[in-house]
Amino acid sequence: MHNPQLNANGELSHLLSIEGLPRDVIVHILDTASSFLKVSARDVKKVPLLRGKSVFNVFFENSTRTRTTFEIAAKRLSADVINLDVTRSSTAKGETLLDTVDNLVAMHADMFVVRHAASGAPYLLASHLRRIGRDDVHVVNAGDGRHAHPTQGLLDMYTIRHYKKDFSNLVVAIVGDILHSRVARSDIKALTTLGAAEVRAIGPETLLPTEIKKMGVRVCHDMADGLRDCDVVIMLRLQNERMNGTLLPSAREYFHCYGLTQEKLRLARPDAIVMHPGPMNRGVEIDSDVADGPQAVILPQVTFGIAVRMAVMGILAGN
Amino acid sequence: MNSDNLHIRNARLIDPSSDLDQTLDLYLADGRIAAIGTAPAGFAAARVVDASGLIACPGLVDLSTRLGGIEPELNAAVAGGVTSVACPPDTKPPLDEPGLVERLVRRSERLGLARVYPIGALTQQLAGEKLAEMNSLARAGCIAFSQAKHPIVDTLLLLRAMQYAATFGYAVRLRPQDQFLARDGVAHDGEVASRLGLSGVPTAAETVAIATALQLAQATGVRLHLSRLSSAAGIALIRAAKQAGMPVSCDVSIHHLHLSEMDIGYFDSNARFDPPLRSASDRDALRLAARDGVASICSDHTPVDADGKQLPFGEALPGATALELLLPLTLQWAAQSRLPLPSALARITCDPAAVLGIDAGSLRVGAPADICLFDPSEPWRILPETLRSQGKNTPFLGYELSGRVRMTVVGGRIVFQV
Repeated sequence: MHNPQLNANGELSHLLSIEGLPRDVIVHILDTASSFLKVSARDVKKVPLLRGKSVFNVFFENSTRTRTTFEIAAKRLSADVINLDVTRSSTAKGETLLDTVDNLVAMHADMFVVRHAASGAPYLLASHLRRIGRDDVHVVNAGDGRHAHPTQGLLDMYTIRHYKKDFSNLVVAIVGDILHSRVARSDIKALTTLGAAEVRAIGPETLLPTEIKKMGVRVCHDMADGLRDCDVVIMLRLQNERMNGTLLPSAREYFHCYGLTQEKLRLARPDAIVMHPGPMNRGVEIDSDVADGPQAVILPQVTFGIAVRMAVMGILAGN
Repeated sequence: MNSDNLHIRNARLIDPSSDLDQTLDLYLADGRIAAIGTAPAGFAAARVVDASGLIACPGLVDLSTRLGGIEPELNAAVAGGVTSVACPPDTKPPLDEPGLVERLVRRSERLGLARVYPIGALTQQLAGEKLAEMNSLARAGCIAFSQAKHPIVDTLLLLRAMQYAATFGYAVRLRPQDQFLARDGVAHDGEVASRLGLSGVPTAAETVAIATALQLAQATGVRLHLSRLSSAAGIALIRAAKQAGMPVSCDVSIHHLHLSEMDIGYFDSNARFDPPLRSASDRDALRLAARDGVASICSDHTPVDADGKQLPFGEALPGATALELLLPLTLQWAAQSRLPLPSALARITCDPAAVLGIDAGSLRVGAPADICLFDPSEPWRILPETLRSQGKNTPFLGYELSGRVRMTVVGGRIVFQV
């Protein structure tokens, strides 16, 4: 089957998912991000890699935070950035996803950063661009439904590598609403590709995908069991709409069973790091003591995220 | 009428309904099969067709064909050797009024292509609230009653619908899918949906509905046909019911016989079906059921325009064009399963004809002269431009299949020929 993310030379032409990315491509992105991290720390935070290129942020689903980090990343690469809040404009008038894309291609877009509520939407875009012979236009998936959020997965890997250096002995626990989480799917795939020793999925059955074991993880229903001796804890955001009583009885009970507190964190290794893709629900999935505590690396994740997104866009533009 | 008399020479005649598999001449007169082997006395052929190297079988009978545009789809039917199609009631408006049924029958008769057998709505507007006028609908031409893809949630009403249908001896056809368990689901609740983040339809959505339907059918004695099974567990329930002597039948779609959830690949909306493509072991159980004759095979022909498919997987419309692929895909399944051709052809001729209770799917002398003449080995590539159906979407686009229809005869008239 044609791998829609790679061009004929096996180079990255779109970033749609961690799935299907060879290990060396992931490592190359992380290495490139290292060099961009220095750019962001300079007085003049710009390199001319994308000068004259137009990056369109096309968000069919609201997200100020992710859109902003992509915007900053693109601007630090000297690209022209156009933000489209599609939730409020064309699609409300009945224009289809592909009509919107055709119009933007006609405006000479070089790259799309796409967020969409439907799993697989960026694949539809990539295959459409291929069909109309515009393989030169790149697609970056900024989150599609429950499927993937590859730049988040990559920045999580960057963060883990930064603090833990090597993946081969790591035990990583991912806690919470894995069923609805594109971050979890991207993290699991990235961790298994990079050779983490063990990936644990912790949560109640109502928040776990049916065949999650086939993704190469160990399922733990008990938080204590899952946190024991782990090196990395990735907490997932629990969205309010999951709390309507059909998947979980209440936020209080969820916090009791699966919320991360200092007490539970003591079961992990003493040097374990705590990550969260944000935005956090303090007191629902994570206690403030932990979120603001010494083991949390939640803000460094944000900083690394910009470097990783610069790396992804820089590599795509070069291919 | 002598002018209709057709002499098909030297074809390999395969008629599963009469265990015939022999190279013989076939004589058609007055819209019926007049003789096999030697010409009847006084037979004067208006036309002789040399069919050396070709197979002649009964015109195919399809248990579920969505028509959309009637003329192009019936043209597609005969191009695929399909001479009888059963049309589910979820047309717009639904087939719950005798007048609508009569109009559909009249329009299709006027076209003189494949024969159309309407399936009436079991409930008014398919809403699952009030019984439809089944007797009037049957008099207008309906041969069975169903809810298409709209399950009756109220089990008491389902019981009443079966009782009422049983009163007149009408068959009830149900698509077994529990609407709560299937809610929001777009793919089999398995490995692929888990990985791709697609919401799942669990197998229990099918088994729960089958179990309910079987219990109520047993209580009412209605003749029950369950459409488009998708799971091994569902098939197991049907096998058990048949063993217990219940008058129940079922079918599987040709897509489910060949494909599994893996064919979704990277969100290919052409692989979006309702019920969803399930696991490879489910597919194997469906193949076995078709092989054993537990299930008939249907095309589940559903033309979907490009706009309905060029959407993210979960938003795309389910279904595929299939009338023209039914025969070659059945032949491919037979070859892969090492199943003799007559047994394979039974699943798309006499078996579905028996389910529908219609006089079709047979080459017996006196039967309607509905014939499919095909070259079993001629390869052809499935491309949008080679399909007559208005639906151009199928997961088999680009595939090379063998088995090409050369001529289709309905009621003794040649309605398709290449």
